[in-house]
Amino acid sequence: MNTGEKTSIPNEVVAPQVEARAATNTILLCAGGACISSGEESCLTSLRATLEKYALQDVVKVVETGCMGMCDAGPLMILYPEGVFYQKLKPSDMELIVSEHLLKGRIVESKLFENPNTKVKITSAYDDHPFFTKQVKIATRNMGIIDPMSIEEYIAHDGYFSLQKVLQEMTPEQVIDTIKRSGLRGRGGAGFPTGLKWELARKVPGNEKYVLCNADEGDPGAFMDRSILEGDPHSVLEAMVIAGYAIGAQKGYIYIRAEYPLAIERLNEGIKQAKAYGLFGENIMGSGFSFDLEIRMGAGAFVCGEETALIESVEGKRGQPRVKPPFPAQKGVWNKPTLNNNVETYANIPTIILKGPEWFASIGTEKSKGTKVFCLAGKIKNTGLVEVPIGITLREIVYDIGGGIPNNKAFKAVQTGGPSGGCIPAQYLDMPIDYESLKTIGTMMGSGGMVFMDEDTCMVDVAKFFLEFSVDESCGKCTPCREGNRVMHEILERITSGEGEEGDIEKLETLGQSIIDSSLCGLGQSSPQPVLSTIRYFRDEYEAHIKEKRCPAKVCRPLIRYQIDESKCVGCTACAKVCPVSAISGEIKKPHTIDPEICTRCGSCIGVCRFGAISRVTPA
Amino acid sequence: MAKVKSLEELMKIKEKSLKDLQMRDTEKKGKIVVAMGTCGIAAGAKDTLQAIVSELAENKIDDLSVVQSGCMGLCEVEPTVEVHMEGQSPIIYGHVTPEQAKRIVQQHILGGKVVSDLMVRKGEI
Repeated sequence: MNTGEKTSIPNEVVAPQVEARAATNTILLCAGGACISSGEESCLTSLRATLEKYALQDVVKVVETGCMGMCDAGPLMILYPEGVFYQKLKPSDMELIVSEHLLKGRIVESKLFENPNTKVKITSAYDDHPFFTKQVKIATRNMGIIDPMSIEEYIAHDGYFSLQKVLQEMTPEQVIDTIKRSGLRGRGGAGFPTGLKWELARKVPGNEKYVLCNADEGDPGAFMDRSILEGDPHSVLEAMVIAGYAIGAQKGYIYIRAEYPLAIERLNEGIKQAKAYGLFGENIMGSGFSFDLEIRMGAGAFVCGEETALIESVEGKRGQPRVKPPFPAQKGVWNKPTLNNNVETYANIPTIILKGPEWFASIGTEKSKGTKVFCLAGKIKNTGLVEVPIGITLREIVYDIGGGIPNNKAFKAVQTGGPSGGCIPAQYLDMPIDYESLKTIGTMMGSGGMVFMDEDTCMVDVAKFFLEFSVDESCGKCTPCREGNRVMHEILERITSGEGEEGDIEKLETLGQSIIDSSLCGLGQSSPQPVLSTIRYFRDEYEAHIKEKRCPAKVCRPLIRYQIDESKCVGCTACAKVCPVSAISGEIKKPHTIDPEICTRCGSCIGVCRFGAISRVTPA
Repeated sequence: MAKVKSLEELMKIKEKSLKDLQMRDTEKKGKIVVAMGTCGIAAGAKDTLQAIVSELAENKIDDLSVVQSGCMGLCEVEPTVEVHMEGQSPIIYGHVTPEQAKRIVQQHILGGKVVSDLMVRKGEI
């Protein structure tokens, strides 16, 4: 709506009667990590100030919610009762939203979403946007809807009703049976059946058992667990009490990285609130069952996401994996039987109890039930957080939910499972995504990070990136992982600098396989996967690097050269001005040239040329 | 804070919180839109709005959202009020004074009968 054309109403005139609506407006501001980093806090400050300016602070309720999922368009806001979705907010927009929408009831069109396909402005994104309509929300059911700092709002959305049912109507065996029948599998990546895990932990004799929550989310590009803990901490807390009841544990730990301060704050607040209502701590709901937990903060080592290393770290030791067996179910924290599940796995539990295992099992595929939360990152239009039924095709995720690849580029591959997983190339776009099918093509479900790559991505470079991560994060306890990954990385380094030799690919394959076979823990057993899967699907790119000293995607710096097309160059000198090493020379208004000896391949010139005269060439 | 010990107590908290949340729920039974353009305000829409809100409160109707809008374009019949009940086509009333607003609440919203003498238009604009 073009507000300039409307007769403007002095706001002082309109403000008084808004009081008559007595808090008829609620504003939800997304306070997920992504929105905070894109400026949610200053928007909130500005919004509060603007509301005060118009004396609306008592009638308009402002709520900070968890991640709404569409991180790309943050900071986000939903304005109720109409449910209007505003995106890409700046502090300066608050004046417009308050004075136009709240006071005059006019939707601020400039801040609405636009459907990328139809170019129609969307007011209520939850109903109309393909990003939301294809999703099925179970683990993230309350995220972006409730105030994570309010237990009452969680209860209003059926929170703690499963706990009541479990404690007052079910035996531990019935709880375990329910989880087993639901078909829920571990959402941390490996996909071990959750019910079975609970049963194993229950059957081990002992009075002292522990419930662990693995919130050590380390994959590059993955932020599901953080978003769930920030957006709906009670769902995990409730599930952990249920788990404690089921296996016979009175104590638990949440192992979370110290770099998730907001999640930690909200968890602590959640525990405090639940204790006040008698839903946590001593004698929960008068049932005689008690459960309490401690939050343990990790320093951010990737290996601590491996369950035995995590247990070591919880005990205050250096995070290094233990030899299995004994498994944590037998000897975990303090050598006592321990149940360890991932954040997202827990977040599913209350809904399964409440709606029944049959309902949950009706979603998904034959062997993989329910939904999975994925984080879309990289070369995709709608980066963000989505929860989809397992069995959805990659194509639906990329083109319907993700909105496709930016700048009309072609989809090349997606990395799932982070540095432990592999890539899925375009030929598998129509394959349903579940634990089994991903395994057959050499990758894994992983914790849910999806890093998208387009035609401009060099797969050798990507493999090198993920391997470098594993090299950095290897704890050093076992030799294959500590030394093997390093050697693989050296070979890749050679290949991408044009010094690859015949036989390098085979060497990578043999070495990778022996690291997988001989490493102690999951980190080493999976770290060569990105290299092996890129070799499997993009062997030609490796060969081009080695044999022709050519990088087909024109990414690897030693293998490319920048050049100026004389017929297009007008001699504007823009490139010469921006070149940090003065590699570009030429007279004004005459075609320029780049000296490849001086050029560092930084690419600054290509960005400033307005005539498309500069291009990358390979081989150099 | 009282400790929760039974399903009933939990239910009580839920109901109470839900009430607070209801205004956020877009799936209400309907909405009443009061046009609050300059023309509407000049014609007295402010009092009309106030009358609607208090009449709804008096009759304990909380499943309708009262929304303000800009000018509907029918400036000559302001104040205008649009009543949009779920599953029915919206009715636009014109010249709605506070007294007429009470009639609309009583007759249309509670009684389900359109106040035909005030009706300006039926259906989407």
